[in-house]
Amino acid sequence: MNVSLDLALVLVLVLCVASVGTSRIGAAIRYFSFQAAAVAMVPLLIETRSGEISVHAWVLFAMTIVLKVVGVPYLLNRSVREAAVRTEVEPLIGFGLSLAIGGALVALSFALARQLPLLQKPPSDLLIPVAFSLLMIGLLLIVSRSKAVTQVVGYLIMENGIFLFGLLLLETFPWLIEMGVLLDLFVAVFVMGIVIFQINREFDHIDSHQLDSLKD
Amino acid sequence: MRAALHLLLFLVFPPLLMGVINRVKAAFAGRRGPPVLQLYFDLWKLLRKGAVYSTTTTWIFRAGPVVSLAATLVAGLLMPLGGGLPAPFAFPGDVILFAYLLATARFATVLAALDTGSSFEGMGASREVTFSALAEPALFLSIAALALARQSISWTSILSGQMAAWHLFGPAMAMLIGALVLVALAENSRIPFDDPTTHLELTMVHEVMILDHSGPDLAMILYGASLKLFLLGAIVVRLAFPFEASVPGHVALFVAGLLVYAVVMGVIESTFARLRMDRIPQILIAASVFAALAVAVILVRVNA
Repeated sequence: MNVSLDLALVLVLVLCVASVGTSRIGAAIRYFSFQAAAVAMVPLLIETRSGEISVHAWVLFAMTIVLKVVGVPYLLNRSVREAAVRTEVEPLIGFGLSLAIGGALVALSFALARQLPLLQKPPSDLLIPVAFSLLMIGLLLIVSRSKAVTQVVGYLIMENGIFLFGLLLLETFPWLIEMGVLLDLFVAVFVMGIVIFQINREFDHIDSHQLDSLKD
Repeated sequence: MRAALHLLLFLVFPPLLMGVINRVKAAFAGRRGPPVLQLYFDLWKLLRKGAVYSTTTTWIFRAGPVVSLAATLVAGLLMPLGGGLPAPFAFPGDVILFAYLLATARFATVLAALDTGSSFEGMGASREVTFSALAEPALFLSIAALALARQSISWTSILSGQMAAWHLFGPAMAMLIGALVLVALAENSRIPFDDPTTHLELTMVHEVMILDHSGPDLAMILYGASLKLFLLGAIVVRLAFPFEASVPGHVALFVAGLLVYAVVMGVIESTFARLRMDRIPQILIAASVFAALAVAVILVRVNA
């Protein structure tokens, strides 16, 4: 077994669970940034297994580092600064309970991944379960937190999961999927940054639950 | 011969760990600190004193420290010390007995605390039971992960030959060590969870339960606490240093590992602030979740 690939994937999983357990938004963004760095390593580590590291793996690595490890956290930190919110005060689900639910979701993902018929064997038997876990925990963050920034972090964690899924097709479609995913991500964060800014300017806070009910 | 060496190490060594932890904490605070052997002196002093019993207490109060120490001693007989010294008693399922012997020890302490009728002791007992109930899933999930990795449910075989497990499930083993260190900190009432040197009853967890014990009773409790620190440390050390060697080399490695563990504990206690009470359950749940992740990772590999 490839120990460094395992290490990267487990690190991704641990950081993802950690971001569910923290109440500080700055910490959640930092965990996401570390997680993205670990995710960026994964295509390189997959390719080292078969020998040569191709050019597009390097490009993918560089793009991920620039966009997700540096760019997106910078944008998020800026909107946190502008909105002057530092902590997730009243989550819909408490931190202890969301940690427990997060653990259950990870277990579910591991069970689910075993049922999945795959055409080709994945590079690591942890890849699919970890990708599933990221999707589910990202969704958990989106539905259980009330601050818009934390919800964006949840979306980004989901996106990391999709990226890991995309790596299954690394050999078949080298460029297509990654470019599409990275572009989507950038546009999405751009749009969400603007939305957060607008919500904040309009209501003086970024609590998205104020948007639940319509007013006439 | 090996059993005798096991007993000697288990009975004599543990108070030294407390001394090392205190010296490390003193060094961080810029003091010289008490002698490394201070706990031995304290135990000797306490053993020569008489005990004072409140008139409101019953036999339960007197039985508490005895039962607690006895249960911890029996638990120690199930724990191998390094690879060279197998446990004097080993049978399938002793991991469960080990966990519940430690729980029995705590139960006896809690009963003795409640028997005094003091509201402070009741408060401490309530906290101790709450936190240990949350630490238990983490301990059991870690045991389950180790048992899965080695396909065995006896400490002696679980804690030998973990080198292969490191190659197969390296990251999972690292997570298990993390979870077990958190459990050890919580179970031994060390700093992020509880402050062993605090002097205000309202902030105490474990210490407030033993306020009414004196003389030989207090000695038994202090000695039992050091044994418990040693036992949980033995698991962590054996996982973190899974090397195999001949018997003298093994014992030396194990003792060195335990000293490193005591230093790490001292560093953790000196560099971390104590957690707010309502944050403690969250950290313990996190420890359980990490142990559960390790179980998941190991399950994928074992069945593949």
